[in-house]
Amino acid sequence: MPYDVAVIGGGVTGAMILRELARYQLKAILLEKEDDVVMGATKANSAIVHAGFDAEPGTKKARFNVEGNALMEQTAKELSVPFERNGSLVLAFTEEDLDTLGALKQRGEQNGVPGLEILTPEQVWEKEPGISREIKGALWAPTGGIVCPYELALGAIENAMDNGAALLTNFPAEETRDNGEFFTIRSGNETVEARFLVNAAGVYADEIARMLGDNSFTITPRRGEYLLLDKTQGKLVKSTIFQPPTKMGKGVLVTPTVDGNLLTGPTSENIEDKEDTSTTAAGLDKVQSLARKSVPGINYRMTITSFTGLRACSSTGDFVIEPSESAPRLIHAAGIESPGLTSAPAIARAVVKHLEEAGLVLAENPEFDPIRKPFPKFREMTEEERAELAAGDPAFGRIVCRCEMITEGEILAAIRRNPPARSVDAVKRRARAGMGRCQGGFCGPQVVEILARELRIPMDEVTKSGGKSKMLTGKTR
Amino acid sequence: MKQTDLVIIGGGPAGMAAAIAAYDQGAQDLLILDREPQLGGILEQCIHNGFGLHRFKEELTGPEYAARFAEQVEKRNIPYLLDTMALSLETAASGEKIVTAVNPREGYLKIRAKAVVLAMGCRERPRGALNIAGTRPAGIYTAGAAQKFVNMKGEMPGKRAVILGSGDIGLIMARRMTLEGAKVEAVCELMPYSGGLTRNIVQCLEDFGIPLKLSHTVVKIHGKERVEGVIIAAVGPDKRPIPGTEELIPCDTLLLSVGLIPENELSKEAGVELDPVTNGAVVDECRQTSIPGVFACGNVLHVHDLVDYVSEEAEIAGKQAALYIQSQAPAGKVFPVSGKDGVRYVVPQLVHQNAKPFALYFRVGDVYKNVRIVVECEGKVLLSRKKQKAAPGEMETLLLKEEHTAKITGPLTVRLEKEGD
Repeated sequence: MPYDVAVIGGGVTGAMILRELARYQLKAILLEKEDDVVMGATKANSAIVHAGFDAEPGTKKARFNVEGNALMEQTAKELSVPFERNGSLVLAFTEEDLDTLGALKQRGEQNGVPGLEILTPEQVWEKEPGISREIKGALWAPTGGIVCPYELALGAIENAMDNGAALLTNFPAEETRDNGEFFTIRSGNETVEARFLVNAAGVYADEIARMLGDNSFTITPRRGEYLLLDKTQGKLVKSTIFQPPTKMGKGVLVTPTVDGNLLTGPTSENIEDKEDTSTTAAGLDKVQSLARKSVPGINYRMTITSFTGLRACSSTGDFVIEPSESAPRLIHAAGIESPGLTSAPAIARAVVKHLEEAGLVLAENPEFDPIRKPFPKFREMTEEERAELAAGDPAFGRIVCRCEMITEGEILAAIRRNPPARSVDAVKRRARAGMGRCQGGFCGPQVVEILARELRIPMDEVTKSGGKSKMLTGKTR
Repeated sequence: MKQTDLVIIGGGPAGMAAAIAAYDQGAQDLLILDREPQLGGILEQCIHNGFGLHRFKEELTGPEYAARFAEQVEKRNIPYLLDTMALSLETAASGEKIVTAVNPREGYLKIRAKAVVLAMGCRERPRGALNIAGTRPAGIYTAGAAQKFVNMKGEMPGKRAVILGSGDIGLIMARRMTLEGAKVEAVCELMPYSGGLTRNIVQCLEDFGIPLKLSHTVVKIHGKERVEGVIIAAVGPDKRPIPGTEELIPCDTLLLSVGLIPENELSKEAGVELDPVTNGAVVDECRQTSIPGVFACGNVLHVHDLVDYVSEEAEIAGKQAALYIQSQAPAGKVFPVSGKDGVRYVVPQLVHQNAKPFALYFRVGDVYKNVRIVVECEGKVLLSRKKQKAAPGEMETLLLKEEHTAKITGPLTVRLEKEGD
């Protein structure tokens, strides 16, 4: 029996679409090429819920940004994912920049962004004492927010799976065919059949389209390098600090994360290789000097890690959210660069609407439960909650990751809950073990041991992130 | 809530020595908390020998050294809780300390105590702080994590390694990996000198023909899934890579031994004042921190080179914690102790005017030859000692005897002077 819908790509866009589909009585499956979901741009972006003043009025980016921003609060709440409306500031360093801010404000108002205001430097410093003394003013957007993108996507996938949706990982779509009734997606010797197909394949969305004869767009990966800093730096600013945008993007930002760290970046560079997520010395230098221009007090000796994300930039210059011209039962959700994270909940709704228009019957699933059980977070609990949890299950009395105060119980939850973690990095994204200042120096060996035990494999089969990324090379002599 | 006179956070060499000393001083209602399943701390994974030369005049392995102290703990029936992570330390209005901790058997614990000894040790600096460009594949470990895999789990982290940083754990692991059949291609050190002990450079690198590349660093990591190679480069006096000196070394593993950081998150949250140079607490000669009744010793106070000194320091902290509980702590004026002219830091950072004889522990900031260490107080030279060689990797100690401490009337300074100046 073919699935009703297959979604290609387990990023935040595909995750939100899968969850939207789970609201209806249909068989949906998410196909992911990697060992874990959220491995592309979803795990490496600015983690910002944009207010929506940046996109050209009339574009899909503008529409979905504002709609997605409005939906984020409820979505995050239902999925038990932390979301904070911390507000955004765009700084002006020159008189010219001030003109840009005026234009941004006007554009934002046209897009329907509420509460935009131009602040004087004094007003900015009162809000954010850590900001450069060189500024001439700033645009304040109170609806800007922050969310953990992979936690949001993992939450959506878990909720969808708990409501009956399926997930297949390590399934890169190598060939896709349409016989007019259903699509056949092949990966190695395995095939999946589905009557409708959603293309949320990130930087590979153009290749998926091409397999079905659709050459209407191409995707260029745009490299963005970031530096993530220790929680000691996380209080330098409360809101998200932008610099005036250029045609290559929104510039380098400085923002607190929902976990209390400080995130700075990204650079912006179009590249060819869709897999090249390496960082460069020049890029990391650039992030540091530009971020310090906004917030001079950042101490980069407190860097926890650096990483690169690849934004999927479409040749059309806008999101591609529409039925394919060559295969009307194929709906694209492609070219989802910034503000893709913000837009995801709204994109998901639009994609499901397109599916319905293409002939998918949507009958509400009366069993659908929109609420995802919160992921246990020992570090954020009160004393009473901790005492209760540890008394009920000894695994919650064993701290494995001391930097982030993560218990064995949380690591087991990461492995046992949907979508199940199968690697050290997958555990890290779900439970934060190894995410702290020692970066797994202490808990790494223990996490490998727990994974081996739970997955019933030898320790030297455990991977960092699937495939050949084995943590160990065999027994000692 | 549990109640005890003294809680010792950490059951490694520092915590055990502090407990024994406190007990012998009469503080016999005490409790050790340790996060590992056994006492001994990091020594348990240090199966090489070379421990205890100063203290026991023999060469012991890490576990053997730890066992000597564990036996003393057992002999005194000093209670300890294992698998127990201390989560916080607070001071009640009464001055009493409240330690919260968690373990799998008893769950969430609250312990009320009169005094606390901090002995949590240190952690390794990870890759992030170095900002090495490139990919993020499997095969990048701190030397200590690799040591745990090899010595505690019997698993090899790789077959062909480059080690960045010449700290002692990195040097020890270069030898360990070689003995286990791996090939160590090189040890790169950013500084023009090694941060490790000379004896380790000889015994762990030179004896095995492993090149030590001083003034070199890793500038890029290659490999998508597993490390496939690293690019190293020479650095100039500004520590920046010199263009044109890049060299690719194929390998599957990069081990980092780029420094240790005292693990003071709990101390910080408790409000203990920290020294920005040592990253440990500011203490007086009793090893008492800025919070009365809270003492610190071992690598949580400052990173030591030899465990023998850790034990020595912990005994001071344990004994003084006992005296504090017995209301016999020294009182009176306190003066700062500081280093200058090549002396990076000095522990203790404070001294009582009427201090009993005590030792100064300090490290220099560069490699020096033929220098004189001078301890001064208000322009008077209390003591000076000639030193043929001093290096940042080796901790220096100077004992202040009664004749010296009697002359403490103000701030103390420790500095280096070139011989013949």
